[in-house]
Amino acid sequence: MAVMTPTTAPADDAEALLRPHTILGRTINFARRKPLGTIGLLIVLVIIAAGICADWIAPFDPEENDFASMMVPPGLDHWLGTDQFGRDIFSRLVFGARTAMIVGFGAAVGGGIIGMVLGVTSAYFGGWFDLVLQRIFDILMAFPLIILALAVVSVFGTGVFNVVIAITIPLVPRCGRVVRASALAVRQVPYVDAARALGFGHARIVLCHMVPNVLAPFLILLSAFVGQAILAEASLSYLGLGVQEPVAAWGLMLQGSAEDYATTAPWIAIFPGLAIVLTVLGASLFGDALRDAIDPKLRDR
Amino acid sequence: MHRYIVTRLLLAIPTLAGAAALVFVLMRLVPGDVCVIRLGSGGAHVDQAALALCRAQLGLDQSMLVQFLLFLKNYATFDFGISMWSGNPVWQEIMARLPVSLEVAVLATVIAILLAIPLGTISALKENSGLDHVVRVLAIAGIATPSFWLGIMSLILVLNITSLTSGTPWLPPIDYVPLWQDPVRNLSLVILPAITVGYRYSAVTMRLTRSAMLEVMREDYIRTARAKGLLEQIVVNRHALKNALLPVVTLIGIEFAFLIGGLVVTEQVFNLNGIGRLLVQAVQNQDNVLAQALVMLVVLVFVVTNLVVDVLYAWLDPRIRYS
Amino acid sequence: MSVPRCVWAGLGLAAAVAIAPAWAETPKQGGTLTYLIPADAPPSFDAHRETTYATIHTAAPYYSVLIRVPPDNPASTTEFVCDLCTEMPKPTDDGKTYTFKILQGVKFHDGSPLTAQDVATSWQYIIKPPKGVTSARQSYYEMVDSVSAPDDQTVVFKLKYATTAFLPALADPYAWIYKKDILEKDPHWYEKNIMGSGPFKMVKYEVGQSITGERNKDYYHKGLPHLDGIVGIFSPKQSVRVDALRADRAAIEFRGLPPSARDQLTKELGDKVWVQDSDWNCGNILTPNHQKKPFDDPRVRKALALAIDQWHGAPALAKIANVRTVGGIVFPGSPLAATKEELQKIAGFWPDIEKSRAEAKKLLKEAGAEGLKFELLNRNVDQPYKFVGTWVIGEWKKIGLNVEQKVVPTGPWFSNMRAGTFDVAMEANCQSVVNPVLDTGKYLPHKVYPENYGYYDDDKSIQLYEAMQHETDPAKVRTAMRAYETYTLDTQTHEIVLPYWYRIILGRSYVKGFKISPSHYLNQDLLSIWLDK
Repeated sequence: MAVMTPTTAPADDAEALLRPHTILGRTINFARRKPLGTIGLLIVLVIIAAGICADWIAPFDPEENDFASMMVPPGLDHWLGTDQFGRDIFSRLVFGARTAMIVGFGAAVGGGIIGMVLGVTSAYFGGWFDLVLQRIFDILMAFPLIILALAVVSVFGTGVFNVVIAITIPLVPRCGRVVRASALAVRQVPYVDAARALGFGHARIVLCHMVPNVLAPFLILLSAFVGQAILAEASLSYLGLGVQEPVAAWGLMLQGSAEDYATTAPWIAIFPGLAIVLTVLGASLFGDALRDAIDPKLRDR
Repeated sequence: MHRYIVTRLLLAIPTLAGAAALVFVLMRLVPGDVCVIRLGSGGAHVDQAALALCRAQLGLDQSMLVQFLLFLKNYATFDFGISMWSGNPVWQEIMARLPVSLEVAVLATVIAILLAIPLGTISALKENSGLDHVVRVLAIAGIATPSFWLGIMSLILVLNITSLTSGTPWLPPIDYVPLWQDPVRNLSLVILPAITVGYRYSAVTMRLTRSAMLEVMREDYIRTARAKGLLEQIVVNRHALKNALLPVVTLIGIEFAFLIGGLVVTEQVFNLNGIGRLLVQAVQNQDNVLAQALVMLVVLVFVVTNLVVDVLYAWLDPRIRYS
Repeated sequence: MSVPRCVWAGLGLAAAVAIAPAWAETPKQGGTLTYLIPADAPPSFDAHRETTYATIHTAAPYYSVLIRVPPDNPASTTEFVCDLCTEMPKPTDDGKTYTFKILQGVKFHDGSPLTAQDVATSWQYIIKPPKGVTSARQSYYEMVDSVSAPDDQTVVFKLKYATTAFLPALADPYAWIYKKDILEKDPHWYEKNIMGSGPFKMVKYEVGQSITGERNKDYYHKGLPHLDGIVGIFSPKQSVRVDALRADRAAIEFRGLPPSARDQLTKELGDKVWVQDSDWNCGNILTPNHQKKPFDDPRVRKALALAIDQWHGAPALAKIANVRTVGGIVFPGSPLAATKEELQKIAGFWPDIEKSRAEAKKLLKEAGAEGLKFELLNRNVDQPYKFVGTWVIGEWKKIGLNVEQKVVPTGPWFSNMRAGTFDVAMEANCQSVVNPVLDTGKYLPHKVYPENYGYYDDDKSIQLYEAMQHETDPAKVRTAMRAYETYTLDTQTHEIVLPYWYRIILGRSYVKGFKISPSHYLNQDLLSIWLDK
């Protein structure tokens, strides 16, 4: 995995980012230097807002069947048309944003935090603990994400919560690996030994001294994970093993009969797909810009 | 060097064994079994005597531990077992599906390379230009697009365009013919899936090409070459690209192993009788033996690719060997 | 050959006359039919052991059976004709003995003659398989005492008791006739090989992808089949099938398309395709788990039935899902089925839905189960399981029930039902030959019918069923069936029967000679199909 392993300590570069002093100043600075990243951030914010305010934005109940208006093309009543059950696609997209947020952020944050904790402790303690954990990571990372998620979901069953777990598990080692590499570099820095000599507890050293120093690669990974998780959810749902009817979820909206209707009622398949592409695109653009800003040396790794 | 290779090889063994154990346990935690599915799939009647017989014949009535030890023993002797669903040897089932998947994978790789390296290079040379931005958005969009959705959209497009222009909708064939039997039919089948998979693949590669090029162009020897007054074209082709390609080639290798994961979904869209679809069938049918073998195949490809990449790197860069 | 040939000439003429008015054309010979098999490849080719229609759609054209539904009138639910026999026998010995005369001169594809010995042995393996051999429908033939072939032209079935369920069971489309020598040498041989005496000979099988056959020149029904060759392509995804039909990559599929696909394709292709449709001998049923409170209370179960507006829901649902006709426990096309008037007296079928829902709410209140929250276990299959599931949840919402759908793949769906770990399950009762007496066995308590997952113990139900099973006078069978139906659906509401599935077959217009049947298992030997190209 040589290519994937960042080799520099990000501490100095992180400070470089923090130079402008006010949050507003920093934001403007970021926007000026990273127009694509700013667009990405805006897209993500819009999706988050849609997810949070879905109840107020959506003109229709996303789960209410209406057999009187099935497969209505986009128009004034139904802005993006209706699906095969007569459900309003726009409303389902808006509520789908909520599901995407739950799955995307849930799995990314869950996988990221567990991965970070394991990565940092693994680097800090080293020895047997490190060795065993790294072998476990090796094993988990030998599976393509979708295949591991597929296996986990067939054990735990489908549904939003289980899908989050199924995507979290493969993300843990992916984060743990990178964080460990950064943390190893921090571990060499004299102040860690100094802190140890001063009699600080392990927990305090790990939390107060090491974690803040690996936050940069962690944040970068997190933004990439959000996109990966949303894509994985879509693939699982497409295979019929993800979120289940009647919950509004983008991947699910593309699954099964949606595909059958795609030629006559293309809006059923086009819009949920666009929503996925746009969200993941936004998250990735933002993530790229964030990475360039925090640590140019990690670029495109 | 030899010592490094031996260490790496030894490390691969626990990874493979651990992966095998994990797959084994996961597959068996799924409620239900292949016999119930096989005898009840008609939706009518499940004959109890037939059910008991089926389970006994497949060894499902034995304890988990016994089953696991048998599984390890068989794998250690390269016996991958008999599919619980069809009763055929697993290798036979896999070999019947491998040509399609392999062809799509290879074609996708070719498409990816042809797209990624020129575009990535140009993008790096014209950093922050409009062209650079377009290429970068294109690349990120490739990563953001679910390949199955791209597949669905391309099928709709092909059907509707042919329907509008000629009046009769056209669709790629839905059954595979080997390349040497009927090249036209073969290519018209695999080209769309190869493009949908290849686009994502090329997007990843394009990004790496761009950044590797950027990094290399800042190196001293490039400056020296330029200072010598060499033509820009020669600098790029002879010096920069050559050096930037090493990580790119590595990535192509690693991504190739992951392609199989991407095929799981794409093969569904195009009715391709490949190993991705076989894996989904095996999971659905709870054919544990076949599913295990397929997953282990993917894992093996991945582990071996990584091993080769690591060894290559160590060979090229002595520092790694000793770290 | 002398006797059977003239018999067959007669039957063949009858068939020709019957087919002629439908198409008013003389069949053309030749051509290759490409058809879609709407499934993954079957686990094996041995129909005796498999239950999936994939086995039938794959290999039925290569085999003969003893008797079958009439190929020229497969919609009939009461009529059966000979395939390998010379004429349908009259039962003797008070309806307990059936003697079949077997056609002479029939050849297996390997050139060896097919005799009564092969027929009898095949049936013995189906009815009483030797140790280590699987017969998936063994229990259909509980009434059979013995099968024997006293000579090479005669097969005798002796029954334990006379019953109307026997002949339909004998017409089972899975009961292919195998060669005795092969079966006795290796009873598993037919799992991986195909060697029968049917209208087509297998040419090649591309694992998991397609199967190709050619015309059997020695076929015993003279002048048949019309096609020179057949190619079946496995295509489990519905969108692939719809697209393939649209672009003429395949000419027909034989399971059934959803109404949306029919509408889409007929709108676009006009007279380039035809559609045939029929009620389907399959339907979804809701099974409340009697072991779980409050579903042990018949009032709660009845309320679940009363809430569903079948008469208005079915037509709406029919626009998107392949369901259509409201019916009771018997297939609506059968003479044993309830009439609409009879049905409307049963809970869940009342003509006045407001009254029905008011009664449902009253019953829930009495049972103390108002606003009940529970899970509906459903199978991860779009058509029509998930559609029907989504619909009934909407209906239940209208009497204040809060139901969540738990959709799981086939394996966990079965295992949840078998372990009794569910509240209410969406099941399907899907049968081939319409044989109401056998088909309704599904509603018997778990202890006598292990695939009933309601987990109730009810001796009254068994008594009512047995009375019907041993009755041979059709009118009396009908009366007995009504009593059993009313008891199951109304008095106890052990199960809730939802609208029957609807089979829609769409073919390219050059495909001729196909006649729809009420089951995708029936009439699949492609005998009478021809191409007008």
